[in-house]
Amino acid sequence: MQWHFDNELPIYTQLVGHIKRAIATGELRPGEKMTPVRELSLEAGVNPNTMQRALQQLEREGLVYPQRGNGRYVTEDVDVIDGARKTLAAGHVRRYREAMRALGYSEEEMSGLLRESREEENDGSMS
Amino acid sequence: MEACLECRALTKRYGAKKALDGVNLTVVSGRVVGLLGPNGSGKTTLIKLANGLLTPTSGEILICGLTPGVESKALVSYLPDRPCLPEWMSGEGLMDYWADFFADFDRNKAADMMARLGLREEQRVSQMSKGMKEKVQLILVMSRRAKLYLLDEPIGGVDPATRDYILDTIIRNYAEDASVVISTHLIADVENVLDDVIFLREGQVTMQASVDDIREQYGKSVDALFREVFKC
Repeated sequence: MQWHFDNELPIYTQLVGHIKRAIATGELRPGEKMTPVRELSLEAGVNPNTMQRALQQLEREGLVYPQRGNGRYVTEDVDVIDGARKTLAAGHVRRYREAMRALGYSEEEMSGLLRESREEENDGSMS
Repeated sequence: MEACLECRALTKRYGAKKALDGVNLTVVSGRVVGLLGPNGSGKTTLIKLANGLLTPTSGEILICGLTPGVESKALVSYLPDRPCLPEWMSGEGLMDYWADFFADFDRNKAADMMARLGLREEQRVSQMSKGMKEKVQLILVMSRRAKLYLLDEPIGGVDPATRDYILDTIIRNYAEDASVVISTHLIADVENVLDDVIFLREGQVTMQASVDDIREQYGKSVDALFREVFKC
């Protein structure tokens, strides 16, 4: 996993986001064993307590589950994973629309631009 | 939770100058704490008091409930603000020396870390570079299973790669029920590995909070907040 941190947000929230994205994109596969907390925190360059807090949050959201004395695993529940994916997607869509609105585009123009961009990409890949 | 370090109305004067002025603070076990403040704010004085290298003018400082002394020194692993290893000793000699002094010293761990650094055990301190001495001192300090690690400026004046090595070594090796106090003014470099921060200003504690609480409350990093609070 690649770890980048913004300065304005709590580190633990960002860790939750990183791991959630890795699960949603399949970088962490359903049922996969998670790297132990201390190792994962070293990899991310963060404090182990902060990583622990992030993993507990993910547990509460059902994305990972602990197995007594044997670490944590990524959920096998595809509905939960899909839910996380949809939430992330909704966030991207919302940010896209906010940015476009700030630039003065209407909803119709936004959809038009999305279509144009898709067509350009398709043309590009054919040539 | 058990308090590893506790100060009550702790004051230290050097002549007319108050280096610490009525400091009250508690560090509980299992935390990594940044002791932050500009130069001359009292960081080193506080750490030296905790080690019994200085005595308080008034007030009290306790290590796991003990006043600094022989018993507390068995619980505290201390990294001074500059390396102070006997020049004539070898890496091997230093490990023997540490093993004699500290019952909680893990010689295998230290030997392993020295080997990974590419250090020959027979090499003498006098033949080591400044950076190498700093790493060796850190290895000795972090190879103890202490209750409290007091690290005075562990990343001052080293290159960024060494900085990463040092922080990695600290996080990798501190015992889980122990606390680590890191004094520094290089906040951006340590911010992500800290649980809590203590801001010291002219000998007084102006803030004690968790890093994520600060980010949540102020919407900015501890580094940015520090620059604002201590703006010259």
